[in-house]
Amino acid sequence: MKTRIPITIFVALLIFCGGYAALFVAPDEATMHEIQRIFYFHVPLWTAMTIAFSTACFSNIAWLASRRPTFDLLGVASAEVGILCCTGGLITGMLWGKPVWGIWWTWDPRLTSTFILWLLYISYLLLRELIEDPHRRATLSAVFGIFAYLDLPIVLLATTLWPRGQHPQPVLFGGPKSINHTMLMVFFVCMASIVGVMILVLMDRYRLERLRFEADELRVEIESREMDSQPAVQGTAGKGRS
Amino acid sequence: MKGLRATFTLFAKECRLEFRTRELLTATVIFSLIIIVFFNFAFDPTPAEARRFGPGLLWIAFFFAGSLMVNPSFAREQINDTLDALRMAPIPSFAVLSAKMLANLLFLSIAEAILVPVFSIFYNVSLAGIVGRLILVLVLGTIGLVTTGTVFSAISAHARMRELLLPVLLLPFLTPLLIAAVSTTISLFGEARELDRTWMIFLIGFDVVFFTTSWLLSDFLAEG
Repeated sequence: MKTRIPITIFVALLIFCGGYAALFVAPDEATMHEIQRIFYFHVPLWTAMTIAFSTACFSNIAWLASRRPTFDLLGVASAEVGILCCTGGLITGMLWGKPVWGIWWTWDPRLTSTFILWLLYISYLLLRELIEDPHRRATLSAVFGIFAYLDLPIVLLATTLWPRGQHPQPVLFGGPKSINHTMLMVFFVCMASIVGVMILVLMDRYRLERLRFEADELRVEIESREMDSQPAVQGTAGKGRS
Repeated sequence: MKGLRATFTLFAKECRLEFRTRELLTATVIFSLIIIVFFNFAFDPTPAEARRFGPGLLWIAFFFAGSLMVNPSFAREQINDTLDALRMAPIPSFAVLSAKMLANLLFLSIAEAILVPVFSIFYNVSLAGIVGRLILVLVLGTIGLVTTGTVFSAISAHARMRELLLPVLLLPFLTPLLIAAVSTTISLFGEARELDRTWMIFLIGFDVVFFTTSWLLSDFLAEG
C-alpha cells in the first residue's frame, strides 16, 4: 500500500507527458495528418490488452495447478481489465477508421478476431456470474478461459485465410524500416503510460476482488458459527425448563 | 482398455436414452428445418444464389441446432444426481466426456443426413458427384462442433440460465470452425466442385487441437 501512491503519481505523470507529447510534440504524419495521432493510444491499448489476457490465461492455468484463490481472483481481475482495454482499442480503431477508410467497421482479420476475443471474454465474465458455488465457478471458468485463449490464434488464422483484409500493416514489427525518431519516442512514452494505467487498474481490481473474497469467507464463517451455536442454545433452554 | 469399454457402455446408455423417446433428434431436425424455410422467406434466393449462400445457411442451421442439442448432455444427468454417480464410478473422467461426444456426434450426424437432402430438394442444389466429399466435410465440421459443444455443456450445466448461456459461450468460440466449414462447402458447391485443401487441413487441425485439450482438461471438468 505504501508504494501505491508513488506509483500512481508516476503513472499520472506519464499519462500527462504521453498525452501532451502525442498531441503537441509528435510530428505531423504525411498522409493521415492529425487523425494519425490516435495511434499513440490505439496501439498501446492492444499491448495492454494482450498483457491482461495473457495474465488471465496464466492465472487460469495456475489456479487449476495450485488451487490458490489468488490466481482465481487475478484471473477475473485481468479478464475484466483486458475487456476494458479491448473496448478502448475497438473504439479508437473505429474513430480512426471512419475518416481514413470512410467506414466505421470492416470484416478484416484483426478487427474480426479482436471482436471475437472481446465476445469470448464477455462470455467468461457472464459464466462466472451465473455459477453460484465459488470453487466450481473458479474451476469451470478457468477451463473456459484456457479454451478461449487457445481459440485466439485459430480465430486469427481463420480470418487471415478468409479472403478479406483492409487493416494497415504493422508499423514497428514487419513494417517500414524508417520511422521518425521523435514519433518513436512519443510512442514509447504513450505505451508506458497506457500499460502503467492497465497495471494500476488491475492492482485495484484485484484488491477489490480479494476484499470480496475475504468478506464472503467471513460471512460463511459467521453463518457456520451461528449454525453451531443454535443446538447449544436450545439445549440450555431445555435444561432451564426442566 | 477399461476406459474404452466404459466409453462404449456409456455411449450405449446415451443411445438407449435418446432412441427410447427420440425427442432430442426430432426437435433438432424440426428446428433446423425451420431455419431452412425461413431462409427462403428472408432472401427468396434463385438457384444460383442458393448454391452460393446454401453452405452458409446449412452450417448456421447445424451450429444453432447443435448448440441446443448438446445442452441436455450433462444437464439431464443432474435431475436424479446421476452425474455424481458417474463421477464416483471407477472409470476415467474422459470416458464420460467422450461417450457424450460420440453420442452427440451420432445424433447430429443423423439430423444432418436428413437435412442435407431436404435442402438439396428445396433449393434445387444438385449433390451429384460430391456426396462422398460432402460427407467428409460434414463429419469433420461436426466433430469440431460436438467436441467443444459437449465440453461447454459440461461447463454450463452448473450455471443458472444454462440453456441461454451455452450458445453464448459456444458460438463465438466456433467462429473459426464456421469459417472453415462454410469455405470448404462453398468450394465443393462451386463450379469446380473441388475440396479446398487448406480449409480441410484447418478443419482437421481444429478437431485435433480441441479434442486434445478436452482430453487434457477432462479431470477438471469432472471435478467442477
